[in-house]
Amino acid sequence: MQQAVLTRLGPITAILLAAGFVLPEWLASLATVAFAKGLVVLGLMVLWRAGLVSFGQALYFAGGAYAAGLLARDGGVQEAVILALVGTAAGAALAFIVGFLLARYREIFFAMLSLAFSMILYGILVKNASLGSTDGIGLPAVSFLGMDPGSEGRSLANYLLVVVACFLAAVGVEAYLRSIPGSLAEPIRDNEVRVEYLGLSVKNLIHAKLVLAGALAGLGGAITAFSIGHIDPDATAFWTVSGGFVFITILAGTGSVLAPFVGALLFELVRSYAAQYAPELWQMILGGALLAVIMFLPGGLWSLFTRRAQEG
Amino acid sequence: MLTAFAIFMDGLVYAAWVFVVALGLTLIFGVMKILNVTHGAFFAFGAYGTATMIGVAFAGEGNLAWAFILMLVMPVVIGCLLGLLLERGLLRFAYGRDEVVMVLITYASFLIFEDALLLIWGTDVYPAYQPMVALGNVSVGRLFISNYDLALVAVAGLAGLATWWGLNRTRWGHIVTAVIHDREMATALGVNVARVFTVTFVIGAILGALGGAITAPKISVTPGIGIEVIVVSFAVVAIGGMGAIGGALLGALLVGFARAAAVHLLPEVELFVIYAVMALVLAIRPEGLFTRIAARRI
Amino acid sequence: MMIGKGALGLILGSAALAAAGLAGPAQAQDSIKVGVVSFLTGAAAGPFGIPGKNAAELVIDAINEGSLPAPYNTPGLGGLQIEPVYVDEAGGTATQVTELRNMVQRQDVEAVVGYISSGSCLAVAPVAEELQVLTVFWVCGTPRIFEENKYKYVFRTAPHATMDNVAAARYVLHKMNDLESYAGINQNYAWGQDSWRDFVLALKTLAPNAEITGDYFPKLFAGEYGSEISALLVSGAQALHSSLWGGDLESFLFQSIARGLPQRMPLVLTSGEPLVGRVGDKIPEGTIIGARGSHADLAPDNALNDWLKTNYEARFGEAISYPAYHMTMAFLGLKAAYDKAAAAAGGTPSKDQVIAAFEHLEFDTPSGAVEMALGNGHQAIAGTAYATFTNENGKPELVDVVRYPASCVQPPDDMTSIEWLEQGMPGAAC
Repeated sequence: MQQAVLTRLGPITAILLAAGFVLPEWLASLATVAFAKGLVVLGLMVLWRAGLVSFGQALYFAGGAYAAGLLARDGGVQEAVILALVGTAAGAALAFIVGFLLARYREIFFAMLSLAFSMILYGILVKNASLGSTDGIGLPAVSFLGMDPGSEGRSLANYLLVVVACFLAAVGVEAYLRSIPGSLAEPIRDNEVRVEYLGLSVKNLIHAKLVLAGALAGLGGAITAFSIGHIDPDATAFWTVSGGFVFITILAGTGSVLAPFVGALLFELVRSYAAQYAPELWQMILGGALLAVIMFLPGGLWSLFTRRAQEG
Repeated sequence: MLTAFAIFMDGLVYAAWVFVVALGLTLIFGVMKILNVTHGAFFAFGAYGTATMIGVAFAGEGNLAWAFILMLVMPVVIGCLLGLLLERGLLRFAYGRDEVVMVLITYASFLIFEDALLLIWGTDVYPAYQPMVALGNVSVGRLFISNYDLALVAVAGLAGLATWWGLNRTRWGHIVTAVIHDREMATALGVNVARVFTVTFVIGAILGALGGAITAPKISVTPGIGIEVIVVSFAVVAIGGMGAIGGALLGALLVGFARAAAVHLLPEVELFVIYAVMALVLAIRPEGLFTRIAARRI
Repeated sequence: MMIGKGALGLILGSAALAAAGLAGPAQAQDSIKVGVVSFLTGAAAGPFGIPGKNAAELVIDAINEGSLPAPYNTPGLGGLQIEPVYVDEAGGTATQVTELRNMVQRQDVEAVVGYISSGSCLAVAPVAEELQVLTVFWVCGTPRIFEENKYKYVFRTAPHATMDNVAAARYVLHKMNDLESYAGINQNYAWGQDSWRDFVLALKTLAPNAEITGDYFPKLFAGEYGSEISALLVSGAQALHSSLWGGDLESFLFQSIARGLPQRMPLVLTSGEPLVGRVGDKIPEGTIIGARGSHADLAPDNALNDWLKTNYEARFGEAISYPAYHMTMAFLGLKAAYDKAAAAAGGTPSKDQVIAAFEHLEFDTPSGAVEMALGNGHQAIAGTAYATFTNENGKPELVDVVRYPASCVQPPDDMTSIEWLEQGMPGAAC
């Protein structure tokens, strides 16, 4: 089973890694930001399959970003891999704590309560002058496995790191989805009580999903933090950030662990060109695309690929 | 003592406008089970429309009576237009889908309306202060209270009473109540649910636009005012219990007093006090303060 | 599922191709692409972003034609025609960092004039340095940029916000030298918090006995200030400091007028100048008005100011406000540096030559002389002014204008703003 996952994801990852050496630098950094978002969306996908939509994923994203940022700025740790791991742990820890409460809720209530928690963190960050309030804090340049890529190699190094992180995350999530707790997602969505009759605690199953999604969001946050080099509450913790993640989830579809990354990349590219040519229409484009996908492509953009594959 | 009185008054005024907005939101949710993010756009259109018309009304010598008439007429016009457009043009094709999917559909509509606002009104700030300044103030000790704020409380009270009366004392209200309690049974008894939905949605939209209209004279209308409103009125509705009129009132008062007390006594927490109250209430009573717990599906 | 394999590569590849197609052929150097970044959408667009963009259009056209008053009456930046690329600052810091890369690497932008939000500037500065693109910040209040770091490619042609609040403190004491108590209302974000901190620190030195009776930090874009106004009404303060701007400032102003607050205590509005053009005679008598520098109605008499004010109001049909002056300062600084470097090089100057010419440069603007004095010659200082609003003569006007020289309200090069303020503003020459 693991074998099958590796044969599918391995070549894609190899192509993406190789592409890093030929892509223009701006595209590599755009892809870095997009793939880091894709990690968060991957977590949302896990929740979505169980029928849960979190409008507060920014909580763990900001948690990971600030954990990495503070460790780099005040703790003197400048190793990207360590910062990424710390961000992951921070996201997971936050999700573990609020999960005791969140795991009891479903549907709209789940969405709203996660939103409330993320806004509380936002309020605390804005009020905290030592964290730079809304101006945020800058991160020192990081090293990769002890090597300093210099200013020319930095974008490439960030890109390679995020691709590897995405590969590991995708393999991990794929394995989880095929495990028994993972494959119970749809049954939980359709009928919780029946799952409980199997002798399993739905609350614990959901709590585990929350921690997994939180860890992925924390990882995405940490990578965003050091690849951008700056973090602030509006770009990490505000509820519209969470809204963006949910948006990509729907746009991409939840049919495959690859979908979040395709969706995030497409999202960032469209956003970038819209900002240049039609900034006043950007939200309209977003809204129109979201409506079109919900009404006509319930499986998300990903279903286009799978549909064609089946026909061919 | 004066501070206590100030907290009471400030809380009441804040509760008043938030109640009008939340009332529309909770009505739509109660009947249609749609958590309507576009409500923020109704609010913003109401505010922009009214601010523009007040600007016209005061372009010459200034006519206060016209301004107040416009503040009541504009929300009805805007609510009908946008409400019908959204419900007939989009939402009815999506009935029956997941509650969460409905949230996303209205979120997408909100984004589109936001840019429509930008295309119509641009990025300028629209002031519409004349009605508020013209009404003057009364003094209580060292405190001045704006008469416009007192009028706001009255309008909110009237809106609440009218909705309550409409739901509990009219035939139409009984039909709506029947739909809220058991949609299938109501359909079986010959109720035209589609029409109930349309009318409810339009009334909700009018209330949202009314919230914007009565706020316009207090604030200079700027891009992005819709976003703030969504989150605050969601919190109010969640605290009170989704779909309960009494709950919206209780939620609005709780939020209003909590916020006013924070500003006067503990300014550090003002930024998130509303969300903290919401998290606390939901932690203790997951369904909000006013709703019955639904039976679990088996 | 097999098709899905190529999806990511497909998108990346086609994006790279599309970009290559858009970049177009390289040209001989007779023009220079300049990125202009400003808020084009969102709440900051109306008050700051659009006036700034308007001024950029006006000044770029005049520079290209060579129709500015002396000493800027030669065409181009050292002879190079400006091709502007306008970019929206909305979307947050991560977006701005990505967009800066896109401008430089996808569109071959060689210089950037941009950024209103301090967060954008703090995030963008290290990236501009990495990309080696000459970047001129035109607003950004925070002093942190050049106090926390040294940059080669980054300049800021507007003084930082410390000046606004030190000058406000001095002006308040000019009006009431027996000040006993004061209060503040500032938006709850970095710029509001910093403004209040600087004002309080300056008054601790200048009026050690004055007492703070309340400091309020409503949420950014709150729009509703009922509770804050109640608290201020009962506070008994003699003056009220505020750095509110845009829609928030107007909302607060009218709500406080409706409740009689300005009769209790004069408002000290560090960014109040745009109100004069927008609401004129509605401003309460005795309101203290700043323009974040000697801009607009507080600008000195000179040919550049006449040119800017006349042409701006003729072209855009609205009263000019201080953001237009900030943008003009940035382009004039850039032009002065290019012209100086071109004269020294006897032709189109290299980037390093422009930077050398820009450092420690002194140049004239519609707002008076500007000197790139701080941060190794990368951060400007300039004088500022405050005035009092009156309607007594039947028309809205600013009277009792007091001008403060740069050294009176800004720290010396070897100190951070906070150090200078905490040590009692040593060396301030007024």
